[in-house]
Amino acid sequence: MRITPKEVEHVATLARLKLDHEEIATFTGQMDAILSYVDKLSELNTDGIMPTSHAVPMENAFRSDVIRPSFGTEKALANAPERVEGFFKVPKVIE
Amino acid sequence: MEIYELTIHDLHEKLQKKELSAVEATTALFARIKATDEKINAFISVAGKEALESAAAADVRIAAGDMDILTGIPLALKDIFLTKGIRTTCGSKILANFIPPYDSTAWEKLQSRGAVLLGKLNQDEFAMGSSCESSAFGTTRNPWNLDCIPGGSSGGSAAAIAAGQAIATLGTDTGGSIRQPASHCGCVGLKPTYGRVSRYGVIAYASSLDQVGPMTRDVRDAAIMLEAIAGHDPLDSTSVDRSVPDYTGSLLPDVKGMKIGLPKEYFIDGLDPDVKTAMELAIETYRGLGAEFVDISLPHTDYAVACYYLIATAEASSNLARYDGVRFGHRADDCAGLKEMYLQSRAEGFGTEVKRRIMLGTYALSSGYYDAYYLKAQKVRTLIMGDFLKAFEGVDVILTPVAPTPAFKIGEKASDPLQMYLSDIFTIPVNLAGTCGLSVPAGMSGTGLPIGLQLIGRPFGEEAIIRAGYAFEQATQWHTLKATL
Repeated sequence: MRITPKEVEHVATLARLKLDHEEIATFTGQMDAILSYVDKLSELNTDGIMPTSHAVPMENAFRSDVIRPSFGTEKALANAPERVEGFFKVPKVIE
Repeated sequence: MEIYELTIHDLHEKLQKKELSAVEATTALFARIKATDEKINAFISVAGKEALESAAAADVRIAAGDMDILTGIPLALKDIFLTKGIRTTCGSKILANFIPPYDSTAWEKLQSRGAVLLGKLNQDEFAMGSSCESSAFGTTRNPWNLDCIPGGSSGGSAAAIAAGQAIATLGTDTGGSIRQPASHCGCVGLKPTYGRVSRYGVIAYASSLDQVGPMTRDVRDAAIMLEAIAGHDPLDSTSVDRSVPDYTGSLLPDVKGMKIGLPKEYFIDGLDPDVKTAMELAIETYRGLGAEFVDISLPHTDYAVACYYLIATAEASSNLARYDGVRFGHRADDCAGLKEMYLQSRAEGFGTEVKRRIMLGTYALSSGYYDAYYLKAQKVRTLIMGDFLKAFEGVDVILTPVAPTPAFKIGEKASDPLQMYLSDIFTIPVNLAGTCGLSVPAGMSGTGLPIGLQLIGRPFGEEAIIRAGYAFEQATQWHTLKATL
């Protein structure tokens, strides 16, 4: 096995996904199959090959730091699940 | 021919000659949507009121002589494009009530030319899928056979065209999501070169691969749409600052002397016999038109799917971290603390395929595995790009099937993610190489399902594939066939 249920549980915590026992079992099997498949990349010798993070040659895109119109508070908060005065409201942060 | 079956250029002519108004055209499309969408389920949202208002505004422009080729043309968008004031879900429960405060650049450009938005189209959740089955809003059905998938992830965008529910649509393509559904539904789909079209306001899946493109009834319409949406956008730093060619000027039915590459890795034993026959006939057609064929090799093709599912999932796991229930999107009720709220909101809001990809991507990026998976995949990506660059030293375009089989049955691959992933084997390499590809109708299977051929061009070589696609279309009738509903 390339991945165990315990590791799947750990990855789920890193990804902030609550999974039930059934999902953990299913994902363990499926991720194991997929990871076995992607292992075929190790057949290739990639010594000295530069990694590609971006397909098109590109320089850093800078812009001048000028003030432009932006959303006001009302627009920015329009989709908020919960709000209080001009802020996003969240449950207790410190436990 | 019915109004809802027209191309952009045919409808434009009728609007220009005042044979028809934009309001009449829009009304005809809505009647068709109403009559067919219970069967097809291509639409997530229909923008009835807004569409009739913009159609009326288009009629005013037409009457004043201020007319563009897109003025008054009823279009629909994959529900991944932000549309100001109109719900945008990306096929996910987590965005089921999201009303964007701004427009995507691609839609903004079409809108400014007077195009009419009919509504938002179904897709795999967050564009993750090849069948439209992962949508939180139900599966879209293929208008050619209601038991089959329309392809994905832009399945609604393809099905809407085949069903006569929109004149043209926009999709996005990360691993084949424009070309594969276009092929399965018998329409034209163009994935432009990475950076050709702005992605501002397009919900991100895998940012080094995602690209916006048109889905249409013929190649001329694809050229018209690309010309309208292409170009640099200061709001998308990955859009390339490069002039936009006159794509409609490439619509010449002439491929005499054009060198077309046939990669041996794409004509494999597993190819469906009907797909194989369609490709052989297409090659014959091109030979008759004076094109020359060259046998080529893209030696790393067999590694593309593995490479893609590491890079795409890694980028997705990062992009989808923003859905945390704080600023927008679904939030779980009654959570004791912030962390619990994240865990629960995401568990409730995301579907299974999205969770699976976030999990894979998080794993590939996690401490101890980064070099073995993500970095390795990025290096293999360099090799795959190199294959294409080398091939294009000797050919102008590359011809391949779009998919190894015609549309499969709904449910057929739903329980085996790896089999589903492998159905994108011929489209994924193009995204990894960052170049452009065009899907054109090229045949029908024995069971009455459309088959598409793929033309791959050099980076920013859209003109060559448009020309090759147009020449094929002029010599054949496949794009004129209509699904009966």
